[in-house]
Amino acid sequence: MAQAALVQAQGATLARTKAAAGPRVKTSAVIMTLYLVFLLLPIYWLLNMSLKDNSEILSSFSLWPQDLTFDNYRTILTDASWYMGYVNSMIYVVLNTVISVSVALPAAYAFSRYRFLGDKHLFFWLLTNRMAPPAVFALPFFQLYSSVGLFDTHIAVALAHCLFNVPLAVWILEGFMRGVPKEIDETAYIDGYSFPRFFVRIFMPLIASGIGVAAFFCFMFSWVELLLSRTLTSVDAKPIAATMTRTVSASGLDWGVLAAAGILTIVPGALVIWFVRNYIAKGFALGRV
Amino acid sequence: MDKTVNQKAWFLVLPVLVLVAFSAVIPLMTVVNYSFQDTFGNNVFFWAGFEWYEEVLASERIRDALGRQILFSAIILAIEVPLGILIALCMPRKGVWVSVCLVLMALPLLIPWNVVGTIWQVFARVDIGLLGRTLSELGIDYNYTQDALDAWITIIVMDVWHWTSLVALLAYAGLVSIPSAYYQAAKIDQASRWKVFRYIELPKMQGVLLIAILLRFMDSFMIYTEPFVLTGGGPGNATTFLSIDLVKTAIGQFDLGPAAAFSLIYFLVILLISWVFYTVMVNLEKKEGV
Repeated sequence: MAQAALVQAQGATLARTKAAAGPRVKTSAVIMTLYLVFLLLPIYWLLNMSLKDNSEILSSFSLWPQDLTFDNYRTILTDASWYMGYVNSMIYVVLNTVISVSVALPAAYAFSRYRFLGDKHLFFWLLTNRMAPPAVFALPFFQLYSSVGLFDTHIAVALAHCLFNVPLAVWILEGFMRGVPKEIDETAYIDGYSFPRFFVRIFMPLIASGIGVAAFFCFMFSWVELLLSRTLTSVDAKPIAATMTRTVSASGLDWGVLAAAGILTIVPGALVIWFVRNYIAKGFALGRV
Repeated sequence: MDKTVNQKAWFLVLPVLVLVAFSAVIPLMTVVNYSFQDTFGNNVFFWAGFEWYEEVLASERIRDALGRQILFSAIILAIEVPLGILIALCMPRKGVWVSVCLVLMALPLLIPWNVVGTIWQVFARVDIGLLGRTLSELGIDYNYTQDALDAWITIIVMDVWHWTSLVALLAYAGLVSIPSAYYQAAKIDQASRWKVFRYIELPKMQGVLLIAILLRFMDSFMIYTEPFVLTGGGPGNATTFLSIDLVKTAIGQFDLGPAAAFSLIYFLVILLISWVFYTVMVNLEKKEGV
């Protein structure tokens, strides 16, 4: 009897909270929509620009292209000095991601499993490199890489970006590895696995999502960086971002081509996000939730 | 988790050490060298002691840039953190819309920083930009290339556009990790929405929010590319932040000594503030027993 009353009371409470929740859900949807519109509007405007020719951009003002043209994209995709920018960027970004993640993996394992002399200081020292303003390092990097003959190569930019990507990768991977119970390591050793075999065969598949997230972050921060990549390259390894700044000043502001180049730099990022979308939230928390 | 003491773990850290030593320690030592020396060309250097540091600390221009930088970071944090939390609370928790929202929100984070500047340039210009044009049609006197206040507002809105999603995604990650039992308990106690937020959600988000604040502070304090593309530090010096000023001195004028001393002071300021955040964060993690 009492139980039935309780169930009824609970049902009533639920109904009440549901009624109360009704309008709140709507407000949150409205806020979310407004925010997404705010995010997408500037990008839409860039897309709009990229589909117009220069005279239309400067002479008329319209919310969508009156005279749809793909000439701006054609200019970029047929001119080697443009599209090589994308190729160069992709080369050093991928190089950097591979280097960063592969050196960060063993280090993150050491930090997450063992205590050793100076471990905490070492960890913070690594993080301080993430805090170093690239502007501080631009000039010394230029001199260092010039003196070892690496100036204007992809590997120079990849190594320079390790400055902030390696600490970040260690930080993220350490967060994910912490979540793997230590018993797994011990069981594997009892089963006769050697350390390298255990690491590659058993441990890495367990933290595959963490590796994916770390790679995503390395990709992201290397892809968006301009100051160092511009300082360290001149012709052969010039990234797309630097190509854009140069062309803007030289050819008297070719807005259409500039906008098209901008849109094309968004595409790789969007593709990469799509692949890691299920891990994004956890990844941004550096594996710490 | 209890960790075993194992000094051999140093070997696992070695690759990182070598790499970071090459890409961080050597350049940093170069900077330290320059900051204590003077040159008259021909690669002949003289010991200059603390001369450059005194010059930098006394420089009105750099002090102004530092003031602007601190103001900028403070405004950015004051807007982006509450807004990010609000957005995270408004995000759907399940269904197709979660993926859509996540992908769209992460989009600005993956746009190269100079393209972010370009996007806002194209968007805010009075002649061809949607925003600038709309504002001037409405009769508002807006021109970010001429007016210092407009330039500031534009840069702040641009940064909010660029980075709020990072705070929101972090806060969201914290929110979805809260077990539903907590909410049920709150429902039984008939806790108000505000109380649920104040006593359940906020404490549970503390850790990730600290990461968000740390990352946002570091990156806003180092901001260079976006304002450089958008305003070039102008009008006048109104939006010349520390990095812009530093690059002007180091590469523009090639004043190595002052630039190096400036770099080190700049780095130390960031380091000091970040260290405070980091210590708070680590202590918090310890308290939670993670």
